[in-house]
Amino acid sequence: MKKDIILQLSIRSIRLNFLRSLLAAIGIVIGVVAISSMGMMGANMTMSVTEELSAMANVLVVKPGGGGGGGGFMGGGGGSSSSDDYIDKEQFADIERTAGKYGNVYPLYQESDTVKIREDERRSTIYGMRDEDMATILVVENGTLPQTSGSVIVGPTFAENNDLVIGSRITIGDEDDEEAIIQKVRVVGILEEKGMSMDLNSDNAIIMTEKTFTGLYGGEGEYTQVNVILDDIDDADTATEAIENQLNRKEDEVAVQDSSRMMESITSTVSTMTTFVMAIAGISLLVAATSIFNVMMMSVTERVREIGILRSIGTQKGEVLRMFIYEAVILGLVGAVIGAIMSLLLGWLVVLAMVGTTDYFFTYQSLIYVPVSMTIGIVICVVSGVYPAWRAANLDPIEALRAD
Amino acid sequence: MTAVPVIELVDVSKIYPLASGDVVALDHLSIRIERGEFVAIMGPSGSGKSTLLNQIGGLDVPTSGILRITGKNIRKMSDEKLTDLRLNAIGYIFQKFNLIPLLSAYENVEYPYILKHRCNDTTGRVSKLLSEVGINKRLAEHKPAELSGGQQQRVAIARALINDPDILLCDEPTGNLDTKTGAQIMEMLATLHKQGRTIIIVTHDPLIGAQAERIIRIKDGKVDEA
Repeated sequence: MKKDIILQLSIRSIRLNFLRSLLAAIGIVIGVVAISSMGMMGANMTMSVTEELSAMANVLVVKPGGGGGGGGFMGGGGGSSSSDDYIDKEQFADIERTAGKYGNVYPLYQESDTVKIREDERRSTIYGMRDEDMATILVVENGTLPQTSGSVIVGPTFAENNDLVIGSRITIGDEDDEEAIIQKVRVVGILEEKGMSMDLNSDNAIIMTEKTFTGLYGGEGEYTQVNVILDDIDDADTATEAIENQLNRKEDEVAVQDSSRMMESITSTVSTMTTFVMAIAGISLLVAATSIFNVMMMSVTERVREIGILRSIGTQKGEVLRMFIYEAVILGLVGAVIGAIMSLLLGWLVVLAMVGTTDYFFTYQSLIYVPVSMTIGIVICVVSGVYPAWRAANLDPIEALRAD
Repeated sequence: MTAVPVIELVDVSKIYPLASGDVVALDHLSIRIERGEFVAIMGPSGSGKSTLLNQIGGLDVPTSGILRITGKNIRKMSDEKLTDLRLNAIGYIFQKFNLIPLLSAYENVEYPYILKHRCNDTTGRVSKLLSEVGINKRLAEHKPAELSGGQQQRVAIARALINDPDILLCDEPTGNLDTKTGAQIMEMLATLHKQGRTIIIVTHDPLIGAQAERIIRIKDGKVDEA
């Protein structure tokens, strides 16, 4: 049986000064809990945001004209297109040919117009879609897709805000405007809620067939935008390039907005915030380091005579050093282990409160913060124990023996 | 004499440099102690006997001169070598017993054994030594604070002997004990001497000194021949 007598001495010293050691370890516990729960919160937030965004970020929006290019946030909310400002059938065919293999390509008409529901007038976004696209893109909650020129389908928010049910009537067009074309339509369906989206913000809009739309606003084959819903978000760059190479060879005919870039920037913002919050949490470990240092210095001061005895009967400097380093390591280990257990509990609560879901809690990216913060805690403990241990080892044995 | 003396001081000086002027604690001291001797080093306080003890015990090194312990000059030794010397060649018995408070009596005796052999004592040497100094198994479980002064000193003697040292160095071993217990401890040292151990005892008590074979008197850092 082999036992390390130096380690035994460290353990006994900690047990003898249990309360003091416990208080020092609590500092480490707090530090570990703070760092790991903040880290876990950040990781969970990133994953949750990524998940939410990637559902809508797999969209390329192709708009007419050179201008800006990528990175637009909303894919054209409320932008009324001027007569020259559209994507024509030929361009659409080009886009479909080049980008078709990356996903579903569909054209979209968009207008903003005055609508009248019962006696209330308001403005609303109106989309026109081809019949075949409606079937693939839209998800109906109630009723059916519009088939005829007198029928529309509305988004759930729009329906709720205006107390619309299936069969409700809407008058599209400004009745006060002499030149405007007025059309009365009937709601035949209500869409399922979709959430924010790059290509088609259908929740708060009226959607009609291509025929109805062009009947109202003219411009058949003059699309406001063309959307590409990618099968794989990783194709975003390739598809963008392909479209641009095809259409912008001579002059900038179209601008492609890649919404996956926006996701990247949001994800990176979240991780910057996480790092910042973790740095603040790290301050608590600095406080812990001070308290460990203090406890170790006290331990050395109290045990000067004992160190003198140990040295005089043949204990090497290195062994005395080791004894105190062990003490720091034990404090660090105990603190880190308790901290790890507590950070699983507290982290779970923090994630639940801040992110709203713990779906991602038990993932590698999230739980990795537990061992990481434990390591940081132990390292800080050892570092703060180095000087006191060095002092203990280098005490003059004669002086140390003389101490009371 | 042809045998290597266990301790040999040749012209040893120890000077403590101070701002107010150097303090000469040992002044060109020459002493020779043979193996198996029982020597008392005596002198008034401030005579330099504590300094001498620290040199012989390998806790400190002389400023000049040659100090050989078991034939090895310690003046040029590294701290590590000196520590090894203390572990292997010297057994300390202190006035204040100086047991390690965190360890039981048994573990106190075993401690230098573990340092030397890097393993626990499986030979029964610790138990044997403890029973020789009159500490039974039950007492050996206790921490030093739970033992009487006499018992602590017995444990300290057992600890000093554990690594079979060349020199048993006793610094006022009876100083903190009553007369009766002190006499028992001295008897024990006398027995050890009869067994062939080299014993050096530092004391200012003439009655204690008288029990040794030879007395070296120190005065002002020199051997007082008178």
